[in-house]
Amino acid sequence: MSRDLLLKGGRIVDPSQGLDTIGDVLLRDGKVEACGGAIGTPDGAEVVDVSGLVVAPGLIDVHVHLREPGREDVETVATGAHSAVAGGFTGVCAMPNTKPVTDNQATVGFVKRQGETAGFARVYPYGAISLGQKGETLAEFGEMVAAGAVAFSDDGKPVESAHLMRTALEYARAFNVPVAEHCEDMTLARGGSMNEGLMSAKLGLKGIPAEAEEIYVIRDILLAKRTGGHIHLCHLSTKGSVELVRWGKERGINVTAEVCSHHISLTEAAVEGYNTNAKMNPPLRTQEDVEALQQGVADGTIDLLVTDHAPHHYDEKEREFADAPNGIVGLETALGVNCTYLLKPGIISLAQMIDAMSCKPAKVFHLPGGTLARGSVGDVTVFDPARTWTCDPKQFKSKGRNTPYGGHTFNGQALLTVVGGRVVYRAN
Amino acid sequence: MAGPLGKDLLGLAPLSAEQIRLVLDTAIPFREISERAIKKVPTLRGATIVNLFFEASTRTRISFEFAEKRLSADTVNVAAAQSSVSKGETLVDTARNLEAMKIDMVVIRHPASGAAQFLAERIESNVINAGDGTNEHPTQGLLDLMTLRDKFGELAGRKICIVGDVLHSRVARSNIWGLTKLGADVAVCGPRSLLPNAIEEMGVTVFNRIEEAIEWADALNVLRLQLERMQAGYIPSLREYNRVFGVTSARLDKAPRDIVILHPGPMNRGVEIDSDVADGPHSVILDQVTNGVAVRMAALYLLAGGKPELAEAAKKGAP
Ligand SMILES: [Zn+2]
Ligand SMILES: [Zn+2]
Repeated sequence: MSRDLLLKGGRIVDPSQGLDTIGDVLLRDGKVEACGGAIGTPDGAEVVDVSGLVVAPGLIDVHVHLREPGREDVETVATGAHSAVAGGFTGVCAMPNTKPVTDNQATVGFVKRQGETAGFARVYPYGAISLGQKGETLAEFGEMVAAGAVAFSDDGKPVESAHLMRTALEYARAFNVPVAEHCEDMTLARGGSMNEGLMSAKLGLKGIPAEAEEIYVIRDILLAKRTGGHIHLCHLSTKGSVELVRWGKERGINVTAEVCSHHISLTEAAVEGYNTNAKMNPPLRTQEDVEALQQGVADGTIDLLVTDHAPHHYDEKEREFADAPNGIVGLETALGVNCTYLLKPGIISLAQMIDAMSCKPAKVFHLPGGTLARGSVGDVTVFDPARTWTCDPKQFKSKGRNTPYGGHTFNGQALLTVVGGRVVYRAN
Repeated sequence: MAGPLGKDLLGLAPLSAEQIRLVLDTAIPFREISERAIKKVPTLRGATIVNLFFEASTRTRISFEFAEKRLSADTVNVAAAQSSVSKGETLVDTARNLEAMKIDMVVIRHPASGAAQFLAERIESNVINAGDGTNEHPTQGLLDLMTLRDKFGELAGRKICIVGDVLHSRVARSNIWGLTKLGADVAVCGPRSLLPNAIEEMGVTVFNRIEEAIEWADALNVLRLQLERMQAGYIPSLREYNRVFGVTSARLDKAPRDIVILHPGPMNRGVEIDSDVADGPHSVILDQVTNGVAVRMAALYLLAGGKPELAEAAKKGAP
């Protein structure tokens, strides 16, 4: 029996219960024992004074790359999960583009166990849609679900065969899990390394047009319409994509969508000077796209805020732009980015942000958490949405240091992360 | 300490109009050196220069080598394709090795856009970009400007059209930056599939038909069409390219004025340019080659101003 944990006097914001109130939260035996009002201190309980801070259901990021198995030099499930709790996340969904690919029950089980052993954030494995992510043969969804897979994706690349995607959507229905797509028409992207537009014309870099993404967005929405399956669209980056998702939702199609913190805060201008830390896929787009994505979060067209956490070795990024790998370390900056770029300017409310970072991820991916309702898992994030801090990549818990935010000052930081009623991270 | 151009010559985008004019003005006396019986001055005596070519380019490399030798520099040519790259050495390793060897200047040609800047940020030596991916080829841009200035005097208000594969051309980008800075009107002409989508936003006019470009222009800079663009699906065939976009004497005969013809070479005769145009009276293609050596001498000289001991030598050998 672990000690009770009493979070005292915080501002409890739990959109799942429509709650925004000053009060206490008591965690017992890994679960929420009581939430709201003044709670007396039970014998032997650890009491943390969280007055002046926000107490929210634990943040969940449904899109991270933890690199294990295969690239443990870059990140392990343990270091990734440690990075997660340092950023305020109590749960993460690990993409299956590992080496070997997480496309079978053994590997799914392995990733899940590594997460449990590490004891930081909960780690929910994705399974691959196709064997080896080759886009040919459907992987064994049922076996993988039994082993702990919570969703399927070939992320890193798109499912090029529309037939295979159709089959995946139909087949996944039996298990009530989303099929997540990395939307990119490779015949249009053609090895591009940044957004196609004025900046790529100036820098002489091959561009990826917005339509490379949007063609897949509409294709997959139509396939979801045909099959009734649940399509989840990863890391949307363009204004057109937001409009297409809106179109799909208006028609009642089973589509959900996510956007990364970097896509709501940075434009292609960050690439100037061939800055490989601003190289990501999908690429950073224009101010117009950034605003449309922010608006999409505000009006609920975009369901989830994610990171697409993608650590790399520093020397892999230190090379010619076109040849550098894509992605940034996302878990430890996301809350700061979202508070600074969405919350502070009033684009979304605190409740909306917590909804998009906790309640909805839990709901859309059918995960534990996302609520502080009595009896639910004791996953809590305590943060200060106004606290100022400056990003120093050297302090990351992730093995990766690749971020375009080094030296940036943010408002909003996680101060205490609780998983299963146990404090797993405390900011100093 | 840096000379009037700064530490490096990475492109024409970062240079001011004054800096561009300075190189062009400095190149004139250097061109005269090449006319002398003994084509050598001691300006860069004692300086070591590495010509680091990650991509074959005989013309550019020879032009740089002549420029360096005429300034009495010690030069080493590294054809990186045969050495470090094939062994998996990264550009950052190469930079570290160059730094350790105490090189004064590096001339780099590389297939990746931004590679010259990447190197320049990591070494103390002066770096000259001899072409990086599809970004810039500043000395080619400068020699084009010099050639056009020889013909027209001031370039302000002159109409220059770049013809062909602008999308994949570092020459086109350096031309656009340089020409617009000197006040010229710049246009591009070619199949839309070979023009960057947002090119108009760079302040450039777009002609979809070569006839319109010829009607408009005082000069055409005809780019080399890489033959593999056809296989890559950007154009249907070389034959069609010549028929629709080729700079032919039949088309030039209809021009309202004599049009100066430039080409960075090597030419695909009968594809982007017909032989009678290339060898015709309005072609300045061989002047470009001559000016190339002069402009490169000027660039080396001006960058060497950044090093005290070389500046000393430069004073003695200044033309
Ligand atoms: Zn992806
Ligand atoms: Zn991803």
